[in-house]
Amino acid sequence: MGKCDAFVIGGSAGSLDVLLKVLPLVRSDLSFPIVIVIHRKHGADSLLPDLLSARTSLRVKEVEEKEVILPGTVYVAPSDYHLLIELDHTFSLDYSEKINFSRPAIDATFQTAAEVYGERLVCLLLSGSNADGVDGLKSVKLWGGLATIQDPESAQVAYMPEEARKRVNIDRILRIEDMPEFINLLS
Amino acid sequence: MNDEQVELLLADLLEQYGYDFTGYSRASLKRRIIRLYSLDKALSFAEFRYRVNNDPDYFKRFVEQITVNVTEMFRDPVFFKTLRETVLPKLGTYPFIRIWLAGCSTGEEAYSMSILLKELNLLQKSLIYATDLNPTVLEKAAQGMFGLAQMKQYSENYILSGGTKDFSSYYTASYSLAKFDEELKRKIIFSTHNLVSDHSFNEFQLILCRNVLIYFDRDLQNKVLQLFDDSLDDLGYMALGTKETIDFSPITGNYKRLANHKIWRKVS
Repeated sequence: MGKCDAFVIGGSAGSLDVLLKVLPLVRSDLSFPIVIVIHRKHGADSLLPDLLSARTSLRVKEVEEKEVILPGTVYVAPSDYHLLIELDHTFSLDYSEKINFSRPAIDATFQTAAEVYGERLVCLLLSGSNADGVDGLKSVKLWGGLATIQDPESAQVAYMPEEARKRVNIDRILRIEDMPEFINLLS
Repeated sequence: MNDEQVELLLADLLEQYGYDFTGYSRASLKRRIIRLYSLDKALSFAEFRYRVNNDPDYFKRFVEQITVNVTEMFRDPVFFKTLRETVLPKLGTYPFIRIWLAGCSTGEEAYSMSILLKELNLLQKSLIYATDLNPTVLEKAAQGMFGLAQMKQYSENYILSGGTKDFSSYYTASYSLAKFDEELKRKIIFSTHNLVSDHSFNEFQLILCRNVLIYFDRDLQNKVLQLFDDSLDDLGYMALGTKETIDFSPITGNYKRLANHKIWRKVS
C-alpha cells in the first residue's frame, strides 16, 4: 500500500504545459486517483480531457456528479462548477458563487479533499496568476496531508505557487522534471 | 464545525420547521453552513444552533444562505436556443402551454422564458409556474428587478441564444436596477414548493430544473425525477442542468434524449 489515496492538482495560467509534460511519465498502474482542477474559460468543456488523454495511458475523464472516485484514473473538473469531494469518496458539483474569481475554485476541491483523505492526501499547486489554492493548501496541512507546489522559478506565472510558499508551510517544492518520479513513488 | 454538528442542525430543521435537507449532498451543504457561520460571526456552535431553532427570521436567512441561489438570465445560451428553435415551436402547436420552473431562485430564468415565449408569440397561451422552497428569493423574483451591472452579460447571453431584439427594450433602468416589463410577469406564477416534501400540483408540457439536482444525493434525485415524471404530460419535455442526467434513474426508459442537449422528451 502506498502513502497516498488521492493526488489533487490545482493550476491556472501556465499550468497546462506542466500537465502535458508530467502526465506522460506517470506510471499507468497508479494506485490512487489524480484529480485536476484547472481554471479555464467556460464553454471549453471536453477539450482538456481529450488533450490530456492523448498524452497518457491512464484513463482520463471529465468528472460526472456523484461519480465514485477510482484509483488509476485522472479526473478533470468540469468548467464553471466547483468540484467537491464527499466523505463516501464520490464527487459532487456546486454552482455557488465564484471563489477567488474562479469556478472551479482550487480551494474548494483542496479543502473538501483534505477533510476526506486527511494524511493520505497529496496536493500540488502549479503555475498561476491568482491566489486560489493557497487557503486550500492550508486546510491540507491542517488535516495532515502533504502540501506541494511547483517551484515558482520554473513556473510560467510564479504568483500562485509563490503566494503558497509565503503563506503555507509547504512540504515539497518540485521542479517540473521531478514531478513524475515524485508522483510515481507515492504509488 | 464538524460533521456531527451539521447533522444536528439538519435534524433540528426537520423537527422544528419540517424542512428536510437530509437528502442533500453534504460537502456543499457543509461549506454553505460554515460560510454563514463565519459571515454572521457566530460566537459558538451552541449560539448558532439556538438562533436557527428559536429565531424564525434567522431561520429564513439560514435556509436562503445554505441553498445556492446563483443564477442568470439566458444562462447557457445554447440551451435557450434549443428551447427557442426546437422545443417551444413543438409545444406551440398545443392550445395551452404549462411550464414548471422548479428551483427558480430569484427568477432570472422565469423572465428569460417569458421573453422567449413573447418573441415566439406564445406568451398569451402559456403559464409559467416558477417555484422555489425559499420564500425570500421568490419575493425578489416577483419584483422583476435585477442589477443593471449584469445587463451587459445578459444581453450577450440573449443574443447568443438567438435573440434579435434590443435586449434593453425589455426593461427600464432605474438607478442601479433594471426593472423588467410588467407584461413579462403577467404569465408567471411565483410560488413556494419544496421538491423534497411537496407533491405534484399540475400537469406540464415542459419542466425545467437546472442545477438543482446536483445538490441532492442519488436517492433524492430519483425521487424528484419521479415527481417530474408524474407531473409531465406525454410528449412533454424535461430539461436539466449541463452536468445533470436522468440516465441513472428508474424513469429513464420513458424518455428520449435530444441529441447533445440535456433535454428529454417523454415518449411513453
